[in-house]
Amino acid sequence: MPLPHLPLDAITIGAHADDWPAAITAAGDALVRSGAATSAYTERMIEVIREFGAYIVIAPGLALAHARPGADVLTDGLCVVTLAEPVTFGHPHNDPVSVIVGLAVTGADDHLHFVAELANVFNDPTVISALAGATTAEFVRSVFERTDS
Amino acid sequence: MKIVVMCGIGLGTSAILKVNAERALQRLDIDASVQATDVAGVRAAAADAQVILTSSELVNAIGKTNADVIVINNYFDVDELVVKLDIALGS
Repeated sequence: MPLPHLPLDAITIGAHADDWPAAITAAGDALVRSGAATSAYTERMIEVIREFGAYIVIAPGLALAHARPGADVLTDGLCVVTLAEPVTFGHPHNDPVSVIVGLAVTGADDHLHFVAELANVFNDPTVISALAGATTAEFVRSVFERTDS
Repeated sequence: MKIVVMCGIGLGTSAILKVNAERALQRLDIDASVQATDVAGVRAAAADAQVILTSSELVNAIGKTNADVIVINNYFDVDELVVKLDIALGS
């Protein structure tokens, strides 16, 4: 199963964020803009980090913003935000973050397929720096469509 | 053999870690089941597990366990998982 469609309006290049909540908000805004979630989901993604810490920074420079399924998730969705200036989340190994992938899922079970595809994209160790340096949304989308064929 | 992967909410990050842990186990030719769980469910899930894989941020949330707790820094680095799982499980 391919990743959820990554529309160009779910991609933000060079967002400015002063701190990690602002960075997560940029990802939430992209999910709202693309119709995957409402702004309540943004708040829940921030709440996950407040509760459990920066464990969502799962690789050097990369945060996976997400929360549990809920009524504020309208459809399965993915977004990508690159940050103009890297932001510190408080992770001992993987800070600072320059790329945020936001994930919204309607159900816990059927998201496993997307996640396996995400793993396929990011198991290439060059992908995070390529995304961080992206200058166009089209380039970002092409990175995620690599494994669809 | 059972391995538990734990994240804060039991989906997303833990699912990525599950996928890549299974890839690492396959490389090591180790037969084990990998179960994803969240902080709230880890005690029950890990009761019969050999290993818990998680982030350094969440180690303290596990509490008492008989399983080996392994901290994974890069969830996408299958090589890191191979090395750490081999140390914990290899003969």
